[in-house]
Amino acid sequence: MPTFFERRQLVTPGDLIAEGAYIAGENTYAEDSKIYASRIGIVEYDNKKIDVVALRAFYIPKIDDIIIGTVVEVGFNGWTVDINAPYLAMLRASDVLSRPFKPQKDELSQVLNAGDLIVAKIISYDRAHDPQITVAEPGLGKITRGQIMKIISTKIPRVIGRKGSMISMIKQETGCQIILGLNGMILITGKTPEDEELAMMAIHKIDEESHISGLTDRITQMLKDKKKEKEENKE
Amino acid sequence: MSQKPEKLIDKKGIRLDGRKPDELRTVKVDVGVLSNADGSAYIELGKNKILAAVFGPRELHPKHLSLPDRMVIRCRYHMAPFSVQERKSPAPSRREVELSKVIRESLEPAIFLEYYPRIGIDIFIEVLQADGSTRCASITAASLALADAGIPMRDLVSACSAGKVDGTIVLDLMDTEDKMGEADVPVALMPNSNAITLLQMDGNLTQDEFEKTVSLAVEGCKKIYAIQKEALKTKYVSVNEVSEAEE
Repeated sequence: MPTFFERRQLVTPGDLIAEGAYIAGENTYAEDSKIYASRIGIVEYDNKKIDVVALRAFYIPKIDDIIIGTVVEVGFNGWTVDINAPYLAMLRASDVLSRPFKPQKDELSQVLNAGDLIVAKIISYDRAHDPQITVAEPGLGKITRGQIMKIISTKIPRVIGRKGSMISMIKQETGCQIILGLNGMILITGKTPEDEELAMMAIHKIDEESHISGLTDRITQMLKDKKKEKEENKE
Repeated sequence: MSQKPEKLIDKKGIRLDGRKPDELRTVKVDVGVLSNADGSAYIELGKNKILAAVFGPRELHPKHLSLPDRMVIRCRYHMAPFSVQERKSPAPSRREVELSKVIRESLEPAIFLEYYPRIGIDIFIEVLQADGSTRCASITAASLALADAGIPMRDLVSACSAGKVDGTIVLDLMDTEDKMGEADVPVALMPNSNAITLLQMDGNLTQDEFEKTVSLAVEGCKKIYAIQKEALKTKYVSVNEVSEAEE
């Protein structure tokens, strides 16, 4: 059962990664017990399973994902939301109002208007239907302050880090609250715009260098350097 | 157009631009050159200069074009008015409409269309300068742009032409050879599965010559494939080097 690429090596679509009794994981496909890559990415072996961590991909909704979206249209009984995926999501009015929705009484655009940003959760999605989202849970709803940034959705796990090590480190160092939308949208709310700027810089660096090892150390170092710089400037 | 040269291939078997019969023109490929598109690529094949851009997958408009069981691919091959010596009208010509379809059909087998139904991908190919075999160069660039957009693919698609000029089977025809030669055979290939996704012939060849021409074109596709892969990889290696240098 030979494998043709080492762990963390770069593959392009169509590259033969392994032959034999392996399981095709993410961004790979199997044909005649051969495993090929289907996206540009980095090979990861997990026992018998072969994954390619994609460097270029788009977000595909998954039930229970927390995402950040933009309202694009106010409809008759709900909103259409752009969730940074190929499909537009539906947000039902009864979900937001937390009481029975009366079309003749309630003016939807007063609750959420086109252009508003929301943190939401995906409640249903399959091949035949567009995703449906909800905001009727604690922590979800309209975003009123903070900064939004967008990265490739497959890199969100890198921002989280092993057991959340990366994200808790950034939160601690910058003092910002960070909500990671699994669709690649990130909300950062800090005490000052400078703090937010710093967190954004760190995440931007992760986005660019996620395929190079020793990432956590480099990000920690960068944040510490920047903080020191700032304090020196103050004096 | 210039007059027909007396000979397209000299006594030593060297072609007008100094190439051997089985030699490709110089190829230069760049991936991710446009920031507004989801994926893009630029190719220079000899004097050909072609840009390919990919948008999507995204909601398809008009919606009635979408299919319930698979993605829809739309492709537009377009030649800039300044791409040829005589000004070309920018309106889509019959030839461009046909090439758009042919290029689309040569890329479709490489894409996992059934993964994401009801949506679409748009491919835009802009020929900035044309010098023969533009459809092959377009396919090569478009498949890179698709990979750059993160679209799941079975394989890259590499394309190359071969043909018969002055009685000799030659690889990668340029404009004069295409116009004055006896035959032109463009071939597109998915190199890993060894599957041909485009095969056309313009001109006359015997069965024996045809087989020779196709196998020469397939060899050319494989050379193009190596260049394609290299271009994709350098894009990410360069990120790597920059960060190493910073430390």
